[in-house]
Amino acid sequence: MSNPPSAGPPLLAIEDLRVDYGAVRAVHGVSLHVAAGEVVALLGANGAGKSTILRTISGLLRPRAGQVQLDGAPIHRLAPARIVRLGIAHSPEGRRVFGNLTVAENLRLGATSRTDRDKVPADRERMYNLFPILRERMHQVAGTLSGGEQQMLALARALMAGPRLLLLDEPSLGIAPLIVRSIFATLGELKRQGTTMLLVEQNINVALGLADRAYVLRTGEVSLTGTAAELRDNYERVAEAYLGARQ
Amino acid sequence: MSGAVRLLAALIGLAVLAAAAIYAPAVLDDYMVRVLIVMCINAVLVSSLALGNGFTGVFSIGHVGFVAVGAYVSGILALPLEAKASLLPDLPSWLASWYIGFLPSTIAGGLVCVALAFAVGAPLMRLSGHFVSVATLGFLVIVNVVLINADDFTRGARTFTGIPMQTTLPWALGWLVVTLVVLARIVYAPTGRAYRAVREDTIAAQAIGLDVLPTRLSAFVLGAFFAGVGGSLYGHYLGSFSPKSFYLQYTFLLVSMLVIGGMGSLTGSIVGVIAVTLLSELLRNLERGMDIGPITVPPLYGAAQIVLGIIFIFFMIFRPSGALGDRELRLGWLLGRRNSSERT
Repeated sequence: MSNPPSAGPPLLAIEDLRVDYGAVRAVHGVSLHVAAGEVVALLGANGAGKSTILRTISGLLRPRAGQVQLDGAPIHRLAPARIVRLGIAHSPEGRRVFGNLTVAENLRLGATSRTDRDKVPADRERMYNLFPILRERMHQVAGTLSGGEQQMLALARALMAGPRLLLLDEPSLGIAPLIVRSIFATLGELKRQGTTMLLVEQNINVALGLADRAYVLRTGEVSLTGTAAELRDNYERVAEAYLGARQ
Repeated sequence: MSGAVRLLAALIGLAVLAAAAIYAPAVLDDYMVRVLIVMCINAVLVSSLALGNGFTGVFSIGHVGFVAVGAYVSGILALPLEAKASLLPDLPSWLASWYIGFLPSTIAGGLVCVALAFAVGAPLMRLSGHFVSVATLGFLVIVNVVLINADDFTRGARTFTGIPMQTTLPWALGWLVVTLVVLARIVYAPTGRAYRAVREDTIAAQAIGLDVLPTRLSAFVLGAFFAGVGGSLYGHYLGSFSPKSFYLQYTFLLVSMLVIGGMGSLTGSIVGVIAVTLLSELLRNLERGMDIGPITVPPLYGAAQIVLGIIFIFFMIFRPSGALGDRELRLGWLLGRRNSSERT
């Protein structure tokens, strides 16, 4: 695998990652990298190992073999809390907002790992500007929000950590198409502001609309990789890599 | 409310409480005073149980194990020397020649529980859900068996007696205020927010950078401290007790107070204590039997327990989060005003 043209190690590099769930081999031998400022999509069907990779990056799972490196330093043996402090925030699959806590409390909790407490209010203001609906719902308990609003909250909560790398696990899952478009418009705004993202998606179109590059995963292995533009032009190849159909 | 007004209100409230505690025995009869003391002690125990069970969502059934340890530790320490020599002749010499008063022995009881909670909690707080409940029940059983068999220290299954009965209403109320102030300051602060986040979703809590184990453990350990304190207060109230005073029956009483009041609420704990205490005192007097006009109600021994059990079941079915759930009673609410939501 080639490093990005810029000098030095990429922000995130994964080398020959192998992860098991008990006896099930979820990921076997995946290598990928994300450079600073880049948005990379991880595509694939259910069970291809996308979420497993994200969970391994953020320390929720331990790899059986292989490496996860941040700025060239291995992080795959660190506790999740350490990894958040190093600058990787994870917006997990299924949103997982704290349902009995208010929107404002959820946002404050997102800043748990921060040491620069004085900058937190400004960031919270930024989140309310990014997602105005959250300001309206500020004192509402998060469990009463709609699916789309919860997804925005999960995203804002992750951003409150002030991450250098944002891991997004299926932000379009179970959300009305109109809201998906709005969420991805906001992600595009974040991208323009320079946020680095690793995005897991099943929705190929929206993902390739946002990403610079993409990896297609099938049964725990990378089956295709390229720039988003290349993959958009080769739709059949993506579908084939996705589903494993033979020519 | 501004800070100064709040402080003034708190000071006035404390002064009224103190006056009430000191003058209550002059106005109320002995029975009422005893009920009030037990209510204060139980409120210490239930609110400290709410910290772990309600706010961090680790449902421990072993709280009474710490209560027992607190009662015995402070009992052994506070037993006058002559009583120690005659009741506990086999006590090691360093303990036999040592005596400390009510307050230091109470704090010592709490601190021993802190140490014990670290040792027990470090492995147990990794568990979740039903597993941790069963495991803490195991802890309670172990404490009970150790108390029965360590006769050199505890007189075994026989009654441990001779403890100065020093838990007066001002002492019990004072400790309750301390407990509630400490718990409220923790629960309604960033630490408490972390507790509730861990309770809601451990994966999401880890994803935002919370360490689940230390978060849960800190609540468990702090709860154990106040359990030990409450145990000491109870021991110094009863004057004599045995291992079976601190076992399943007391566990059920505390858990039902907690669940009926509302686990995620400190004022809920107090509501639960008051409701269950009033009810069981009422039923205890009824179960002796009585005459209502021409009808004679025969004694119905055990009715109090049965009714409490039935109420517990009804709460589980119709209001599983308890009377108050996650909410706190506020002064404004009591006065009929709508409180503005301050949970930001």
